[in-house]
Amino acid sequence: MKRVFILILVLVSLTAPALAKEAKPVEDPQIEQRMQALTQQLRCLVCQNETLADSRADLAEDLRKEIREQMKAGKSDQEIIAFLTQRYGDFVLYKPPVKATTYLLWFGPFVLLLGGTLLLYRYLKHRREIIQDQPLTAAEHKRADELLRG
Amino acid sequence: MNRLLLLPLILFVVLAGFLLIGLFRDPHEIPSPLINRSAPDFQLPQLQQASATFSAKDMRGEVWLLNFWGTWCVACREEHPLLVQYAKTGVVPIYGVDYKDQRAAALQWLDEFGNPYTLTAFDVDGRISIDYGVYGAPESYLIDRNGVIRFKQIGPITEDVWQNKILPLVKELNQ
Repeated sequence: MKRVFILILVLVSLTAPALAKEAKPVEDPQIEQRMQALTQQLRCLVCQNETLADSRADLAEDLRKEIREQMKAGKSDQEIIAFLTQRYGDFVLYKPPVKATTYLLWFGPFVLLLGGTLLLYRYLKHRREIIQDQPLTAAEHKRADELLRG
Repeated sequence: MNRLLLLPLILFVVLAGFLLIGLFRDPHEIPSPLINRSAPDFQLPQLQQASATFSAKDMRGEVWLLNFWGTWCVACREEHPLLVQYAKTGVVPIYGVDYKDQRAAALQWLDEFGNPYTLTAFDVDGRISIDYGVYGAPESYLIDRNGVIRFKQIGPITEDVWQNKILPLVKELNQ
């Protein structure tokens, strides 16, 4: 058992240098953090359901590098987003900008909610009118009495 | 009251209509913001001659096709024979940007499969491909005499795209 344990230890220590190669040394943790935060909001164009931060596609790797370099050069987040949308369009943004072509996207749900509320209000009002209590006529009273008495 | 009951059905039909249209659209084809904008300028070493450069500005006054490719790109292999064939017709000069590639491998590829490019530029770190918004190689840009991008093909050029999109546009731009 002890031997197996030692063997495992040796094997693990052998793979360690290989693993160490994967993670690149972080040069500036502050920039790295900013880059991470920004790329979380950006879409990778190759694997479209992944963020630029998570994607392992080559292009995502290159773009992260590019963003890192631009941050080092003192560019603001806004400038970097402009750089990307100039090249890839609004598609890279997970949060689309509010403009004429996206009004429906942004305000559509509220229009639907308002429409639904109006419909519900009208329906309930209508319903109340239908089921309003109407006093029984004398003849109906008599019939009810007879039925109750059995 | 009856009309109100029809509403969910109408909403459903509208939604189904949108989804149906969505079925026939390729989600990988993202409209490029570069269409009808100036092609980003660049200066790159040539593939065959590392000491010589090629710049997009050199092409002012000509209608030309700029094709991004690499030996690592499987779809480029599919497109290549067509490009060779189209280059022979001489309708529009094809210029290549070999990006994120190795020079020797690229030269061998051109030797082996034929060279459709009037000239190939070599973009070793892919910096220029980022400026052009390339994300799915191969990608091709048709650029007019004033250096404005008029058409972009994402993925391999097919016979259909060549005949129905590129050729008519080249004719129009050359007039």
